Amino acid sequence: MTTETNQQPSAAADDGSFAGDTVTTATLGTAFQDYINRLRGGDMRSLPAILGLIVLVVIFSFASDTFTTRLNIANLMTQAGPICVLALGLIPVLLLGEIDLSAGVAGSTGAMATSLLIVDHGQGWTVATLAGLAVGVVIGLAIGLLVARLGIPSFVVTLAFFLGLQGVMLKFIGQGGSVRFNNEVLRGLAIKNIDPTAGWIGAAIIVVVFAVVSLRTFRIQVAQGLQHPPFSLVLIRIGLLAVVLIALVGFMNQNRSRNPNFPIEGVPQMLIVVVALLILWTFILTRTRYGRHIYAVGGNAEAARRAGINVRRIRTSAFICCSTMAVVSGLLLAANTGKVSPGSGGGNALLYAVGAAVIGGTSLFGGKGRAVDAVIGGLVIATIINGLLLLNNAAWINYVVTGGVLLIAAGVDAISRRRRSAAGV
Amino acid sequence: MSEPLLELRGVNKSFGVVHVLHDVDFAVYPGQVTALVGDNGAGKSTLVKIIAGIYGRDTGEFFFDGKPVEVHGPRDVAALGVEVVYQDLALCDNLDITQNMFLGREETKGGVLDEPTMEARARETLSSLSVRTVNSVRQTVASLSGGQRQTVAIAKAVLWNSKIVLLDEPTAALGVAQTRQVLDLVRRLADHGLGVVLISHNMTDVLEVADRITALYLGRVAADVAAKEVSHSQIVELITAGRSGSYGISENPATAGI
Repeated sequence: MTTETNQQPSAAADDGSFAGDTVTTATLGTAFQDYINRLRGGDMRSLPAILGLIVLVVIFSFASDTFTTRLNIANLMTQAGPICVLALGLIPVLLLGEIDLSAGVAGSTGAMATSLLIVDHGQGWTVATLAGLAVGVVIGLAIGLLVARLGIPSFVVTLAFFLGLQGVMLKFIGQGGSVRFNNEVLRGLAIKNIDPTAGWIGAAIIVVVFAVVSLRTFRIQVAQGLQHPPFSLVLIRIGLLAVVLIALVGFMNQNRSRNPNFPIEGVPQMLIVVVALLILWTFILTRTRYGRHIYAVGGNAEAARRAGINVRRIRTSAFICCSTMAVVSGLLLAANTGKVSPGSGGGNALLYAVGAAVIGGTSLFGGKGRAVDAVIGGLVIATIINGLLLLNNAAWINYVVTGGVLLIAAGVDAISRRRRSAAGV
Repeated sequence: MSEPLLELRGVNKSFGVVHVLHDVDFAVYPGQVTALVGDNGAGKSTLVKIIAGIYGRDTGEFFFDGKPVEVHGPRDVAALGVEVVYQDLALCDNLDITQNMFLGREETKGGVLDEPTMEARARETLSSLSVRTVNSVRQTVASLSGGQRQTVAIAKAVLWNSKIVLLDEPTAALGVAQTRQVLDLVRRLADHGLGVVLISHNMTDVLEVADRITALYLGRVAADVAAKEVSHSQIVELITAGRSGSYGISENPATAGI
């Protein structure tokens, strides 16, 4: 294996003495070796989640006849939607090393506001949705201020909100009751699909944009003599994205209906929402100052403060983002079930989301994690729920398995963190 | 000798009944390393924090470039071009070198982080300081040794075209080779025309890189001398007793009644 070490272009350097600087990982082989070294050092990112997903799919497809049917796989994707979105919302909070236990309930409180406005007050879905999101902003602001200004641990603040908001929902909906959630547009998020052609066009746009951005970045890095991956790796990444999207859209565009008279085909609208939010959060976290500051505060709040970052504002805003995203998740959940009941978003909904983020490779200790982790983790959790349900197992198994998976994920996180600090990766 | 870049005259500072600094005069010259030495409790940290704008001063004047300036907080001082590199470094482990150097002052283009420009400037700065010890500006700080971290923290100060860099015990936690690297870097900073203030307990380090030495003794300036005029033992005497030969405070302040 050859390692080519480029010297700093002499135009930039005084005397070219910054010579130890490796600019390029020259070959695919060395890039792969770097990756292996990172894994050994405990920087596993979403690899355990992807392996886990494969194992789960294999197990369930042997154990259940219906698991691999097209209808069920599509169903699984819609089930995963609310979990993925909630987990995406939790990412900024987890990156700060905080936790929001109230997110699930806050989301359903927002969804309740939306559905009450539609059902009882005859508002249109746009106004009602905006109002629901506003509820999320207010809840997040309250939590954020209590954590950042007053300095109460987020665990306690959000536990209080978890309980309090369940009371609020009970007050508005009534014991044992539920609010219909049957607005055509909002309900459609869970039960409608987009036109197959639109699915292909969307996938093509995403791949082309990703390819253009990647190649442009690569060209600039090479032109300015900056550190860059080997060209083959850039191409592989683009190819991988294209393959995943083509497989996904191709699969979803097949008719998956049991009834030949009513074809069901096309990418579920829910998936569009998840992908859009995934792209949005990836952009925010990796390309904006705000995202960089979230990582900085999560890594070393004191250093961030000395660098002139308003740590309190970052903390508060992260909780606002989380609760607002939670409302989106609450709306998707309500669209899935067709109603909002006082128990929606309570129970294990939140632990599913925390589990999703952590399984995907986000650290509970803060400072480490990506948006895509949440979505991969969400798929793992949804697969567990879906598969266990198909096996007709009792509810208790569901709880035990999900709890166990969360514990394993947190354990992997703790161990890899220890290895990281030992290996210094 | 050139005009001082930064000068404090007659600074007094009390915390409640404790009078920490007595009429302290302190000057930093461009292109020179000024060492600030003194025993624990002599007032070094307080003086540094006054320069950094973290503490206000009770009396005394603050001159920058010969002009009196009003300093009300760390931001005012940073705006003058004074950077403090603290002992506990203030770097984020989870970010890479470039990201740390630009932390809080990220370059953006069209609202989006301008990574190529930042990476190029970080490399430029490190090479202008002849840093040979880091492999890549895209390494995370977690993977760096103590000396490399210190280097990054100092380079960060240089990146922002600072005129004065205050280093608080930069070699305290470092091994021999790493101390060597950092001291070389301190020397190069001064050679670049910056005013450097080195706070240190290590007399060997101080004598090696400092041009001037200001010794504090119980909150007073015991001596402000050129480094080549004093010996190791004289500095130690100045630190521990406040006087040494012809240098130092004429009367013992401990008995003179503070």
